[in-house]
Amino acid sequence: MVKAPNTINDLLNSVVSNRDQLKDIREIILANLVMMGEIPAPTFQEEPRIRFFLDRFTEAGLDSISTDEFGNGFGFIRGTEGEKNILVAAHTDTVFNHTIDHTVRVESARIFGPGIADNSLGCAVVASIPQILQQLGIELKHNVLLMGITRSLGRGDLAGIRFFLKNSKAPVDYGLFVEGAQLGRLSYSSMGMLRGEITCNIPSEYDWTLFESSGAITILNEVITKMMAIPLPTKPKATITYGSMNAGNTYNSVPTSGSLHFEIRSEQAGMVSELQNRIHEIADEVSSNTQAEVKLEVVARRRPGGIDFSHPLTKTARKIQESLGVIPKIQPSVGELSALIDKGIPGITIGITTASQMHSQNENIAIDPMFSGLAQLVGILQAMDGGFCDE
Amino acid sequence: MSKKKKTWLETNTFHHSEFWNILHLIEEKEKQGLKISLCIPTLNEEKTIGKEIIIFKSELMNRYPLLDEIAVIDSGSTDKTLEVAASFGADTYLSADILPNQGFKPGKGENLWKAIHQLNGDIIVYVDADIKNIHPRFVYGLVAPLIYHKKIQYVKAFYDRPLAFSQGIRPSGGGRVTEILIRPLFAMFYPELTGIIQPLSGEYAVRREVLQELPFPIGYGVETSHILDVYHKWGMGAFGQTDLDQRIHRNQTTISLGKMSFGILQSFFNRMQKYGSIEKLPELSHIYKHFQAQDSDYQLIEHTIKEEERPPMSTIPEYRKKFGLGKK
Repeated sequence: MVKAPNTINDLLNSVVSNRDQLKDIREIILANLVMMGEIPAPTFQEEPRIRFFLDRFTEAGLDSISTDEFGNGFGFIRGTEGEKNILVAAHTDTVFNHTIDHTVRVESARIFGPGIADNSLGCAVVASIPQILQQLGIELKHNVLLMGITRSLGRGDLAGIRFFLKNSKAPVDYGLFVEGAQLGRLSYSSMGMLRGEITCNIPSEYDWTLFESSGAITILNEVITKMMAIPLPTKPKATITYGSMNAGNTYNSVPTSGSLHFEIRSEQAGMVSELQNRIHEIADEVSSNTQAEVKLEVVARRRPGGIDFSHPLTKTARKIQESLGVIPKIQPSVGELSALIDKGIPGITIGITTASQMHSQNENIAIDPMFSGLAQLVGILQAMDGGFCDE
Repeated sequence: MSKKKKTWLETNTFHHSEFWNILHLIEEKEKQGLKISLCIPTLNEEKTIGKEIIIFKSELMNRYPLLDEIAVIDSGSTDKTLEVAASFGADTYLSADILPNQGFKPGKGENLWKAIHQLNGDIIVYVDADIKNIHPRFVYGLVAPLIYHKKIQYVKAFYDRPLAFSQGIRPSGGGRVTEILIRPLFAMFYPELTGIIQPLSGEYAVRREVLQELPFPIGYGVETSHILDVYHKWGMGAFGQTDLDQRIHRNQTTISLGKMSFGILQSFFNRMQKYGSIEKLPELSHIYKHFQAQDSDYQLIEHTIKEEERPPMSTIPEYRKKFGLGKK
């Protein structure tokens, strides 16, 4: 076993050599990535992936290997002192369903496959942590709880991590969330966010002689026109993204139902709720003007918050990234980190490597930068363990 | 079904899940002092080779040291097959560079043959490079019967378990060439060999003592001729077969299957000549055998197919009379 770093400088001096040493277990990590990536895991159907996690944890001889009521998977690495608990976790669900071909393709420098970056790589890394620590001869004082998280994306709305944080008997002292991409990512705050669906249904007794009565598409168009007229603050910035719209089947029949999916983001406390109220009013107004049923449903919501830029955890993480030649990219999270922030637990989200064509079937990651991402993760774990991240 | 054959099917047919305990397998391997080499013959396989190497190296060398070497033997790929394989730590060889005094013949069998000289294993396991759903079972499932059963010399893979099948009996067996060409030929000339469910599968593990005694057709006939040669020299008991579940690979066109069949027929008739079967044809069997499976129970189903014949109509008296042909 190597000696735990006494100072932050000792730690920073070790990260580059750790990166080189990790290359010796490249195939172990990549094999986990290939196998993980070929298991489809749409939200709510993560079970086979969790089973793979548990198999790996069993092979590594971890303690308390288990799942909970929400299907989250766990393995426990007992620390030498065991005073605190560090959560290292990755969301296991992806945006791809079972019908998509999940075959992974490996080239010399890149690996291709749907969901390979978001978040098969994050999962493979969490599943490989026992081998990573063993390879580097690192033994930690604190306990590390490895977790494969279920039900994060879309309508999952972070249900898996929320259930765990609400019901866990062991307190979590720090959280480290692992995303496949992008290397350099450093999220320490959560952005206010709301995802909504506006549905338009035209009742069967609808009076088609009404002025402007041309179906769900034009009604939703009216909603969008009014939403776009809402003045959005620029500092702190607020955005509305129109993500998808569905209505109609043909060229010449008037659609009687349709839906619009959108997302609001803002760093300003209260702004998301204010915009939500405005959109609600628009839906009511259009509904009463057209006699169609126009409704707003909130699908997911995050509160803004988090630790500061100057918090020792973010400062140390930045230093570790910089000593590996990685440029920190600060970005607020709307993912699992916000569930941690809601509980007042310090945590960050990091990325492991560079990726391109995200969320397409040709999604791919670069192999070599992954070792910087892994050395960064180990450095942050050691920093949490050594008390370098405490306020 | 003859009693002897049922016994072979029962005792020498395995499922990879029987060998899930790789640690135990390695203990037994080390006790016997065996070395195991993996040979992947390639020709332009850059799309799938990287994944195969990563999985085998991680799972069967780094985690569980079942394999002593992983070698890619290439017929002269024009794509990045060798570069990709080498970048993930496989030993890579050009077939033409091995035994240069023996010359070079382009064909998969050539690579398999030269592997015997190049690799050091007491057991060599051959796995094709075009498997999309690669998994460690493709190696340990084939090697394990050799480690656990001293009499078995040659273990072939077969693939079953279709993606979706409701409970009950399902047809089983091999691909198109197996069912249309090989199994009828075997049923006719070597009925005992019909017990091998997929004689043409490209994945098999063999002991060096057997490999070094076998001639190798370099083209399509290599698997068929191996089966006939091993059968003649070592008998049915030398074979084992393991169900490796599903194998996903690219589909071949009917034309290329035609070429393959032609190559196989050449090897088959060469063997018939070698073993004196052409001059004194054995009594042709009228029993055709194929497989069906229920869960993991494989059964040889027999059909009597006797091709009866009628003489030319001109030899039939009634016909001759009706059409005024006179008496013959």
